[in-house]
Amino acid sequence: MSGNAAAVREQSITVPPFDAVAVRAQFPILARQINGKPLVYLDSAASSQRPLAVLRAVEHYETALHANVHRGVHSLSQWATDAYEQAREIVRRHLNARSTREIVFVRGTTEAINLVANSWGRSQIKAGDEILITYLEHHANIVPWQMLCAATGARLRAAPVKPNGELDLDGLRALLSASTRLVAVAHVSNALGTILPVQEIVHLAHARGIPVLLDGAQAVPHQSVDLQALDCDFYAFSGHKVYGPTGIGVLYARESLLAAMPPWQGGGDMILSVGIERSTYNELPWRFEAGTPNISGAIGLGAALQFLQSLGVEAVAAHEHGLLQLASERLAALPGIRLVGTASHKAAVLSFTMDGVHPHDIGTVLDSEGIAIRTGHHCAMPIMELFGLAATARASFGCYNSAEDVERLVEGLKKVRQVFG
Amino acid sequence: MELKELYRDVILDHNRSPRNFGRLEPSDSQAAGHNPLCGDKLNLTLRLQGDRVEDLRFEGQGCAISTASASLMTEAVKGRTRAQIARLYEDVHTLLTAHGADAGAGAGAADLGKLMALAGVAEFPARVKCASLCWHTLNAALERAPVTVSTE
Repeated sequence: MSGNAAAVREQSITVPPFDAVAVRAQFPILARQINGKPLVYLDSAASSQRPLAVLRAVEHYETALHANVHRGVHSLSQWATDAYEQAREIVRRHLNARSTREIVFVRGTTEAINLVANSWGRSQIKAGDEILITYLEHHANIVPWQMLCAATGARLRAAPVKPNGELDLDGLRALLSASTRLVAVAHVSNALGTILPVQEIVHLAHARGIPVLLDGAQAVPHQSVDLQALDCDFYAFSGHKVYGPTGIGVLYARESLLAAMPPWQGGGDMILSVGIERSTYNELPWRFEAGTPNISGAIGLGAALQFLQSLGVEAVAAHEHGLLQLASERLAALPGIRLVGTASHKAAVLSFTMDGVHPHDIGTVLDSEGIAIRTGHHCAMPIMELFGLAATARASFGCYNSAEDVERLVEGLKKVRQVFG
Repeated sequence: MELKELYRDVILDHNRSPRNFGRLEPSDSQAAGHNPLCGDKLNLTLRLQGDRVEDLRFEGQGCAISTASASLMTEAVKGRTRAQIARLYEDVHTLLTAHGADAGAGAGAADLGKLMALAGVAEFPARVKCASLCWHTLNAALERAPVTVSTE
């Protein structure tokens, strides 16, 4: 029954030397030509690409193991259940959570935050309470709280941001009040790349007995995350930003909180027994996984985290940081380019504008050169508004990018200038 | 997908020096267009003489396609009646959304004049909404404007 146990490998202790070319070769899509040019993929903050290890893990599951989980007595169902639950254990170990009971599989960061807002929020938040976020948040960490506030009469407040894109920690501290019931902040800003001082934020909030939710969508791909050290109460991330499939993500919730939370969706798998009058709910974490889950997605996510471990998360982080520095210097040297968000602690995101050229036009010209970047508001309109910008161009890096990609970006931006004069 | 097809000289020229840029004071009607995905914003003011758009201006910020399209549109509709503008809009819509062999083959293509510079947009589906924002805004302004009964 535990024929797949070997798939759960211990995290490598020795970090291999980083070879971006070899890493890139493991991503089949990166061999594509786009508009006749070799693809330079600089949009990993929107969605990363998937390595063969993930594609093969999903293929193996679909071709050898698939049946419904937690249901059958037959072999396939047992294997599928084992593989699905092993993926949960890989996630637990990757984040250093205490227990797999704290790891809930969801569709993604958005669903994880909605789960907390609907289950924890609806049972805990009352009129007059306050939820504190920041101006740096992705819409996924704004709108669920607005909906909760509209339903309960609570108030949403947002901590200010400095002109360089750093969180104003004093401003956040000043907004913590006797009414604050939750602090919900990004670990890393998707629009600007700012790494937030989450450890300090957790200390500040916990000193006042306030739980903390961290949106880790942009953090998990780029740094190691130790949930026991961080001591936050909720942590959310998405599979597809960390080299895994779309449609799978994780909500970590401290067990004591999760145990007290009412289910938010009802159905199969989240119950122990069902009568017409009432039902008995399942144990953690399955109580929060109603219906047949995204089994292949979870297995793909497990494979993605193992892939990241095989490269060494810290080695990837160091490699990306090098690219970020190189790109920041090279772009800042181009006439008319302005970097947006220059916090001293940044992840692999470079937002910028170009005088006289709209980000969409930058994006189209770069695409004609085979270079994929994101343009627009990055689902973070409040921070864009704060900076007085309707849109920026954003290049973001992953483990497969190289200094050559940065040079191609620079050449591409020169071409943009040629076209628009 | 040729870049030069999208950013034709006419487009680049109208982006650099948009025609009829600004605000009409006074005006008979105005409308604001917003494309939140791009962040494009457009404000359109117009004056009517009977059924005819006597004058119009636009202001705002947007990409080259949206700016040039608005500029070209103001030149194309000035002096035209509501019915003429409605037909023109249909032809532009066809032009912007026709792919491959259909491109530019619409019956009204011959009447589009300088608006034909937008023909390349059809090959860039992500940019169609940039080019059509001004037309939606114009339609909104015309719908809002009081319909005056012509005494002619």
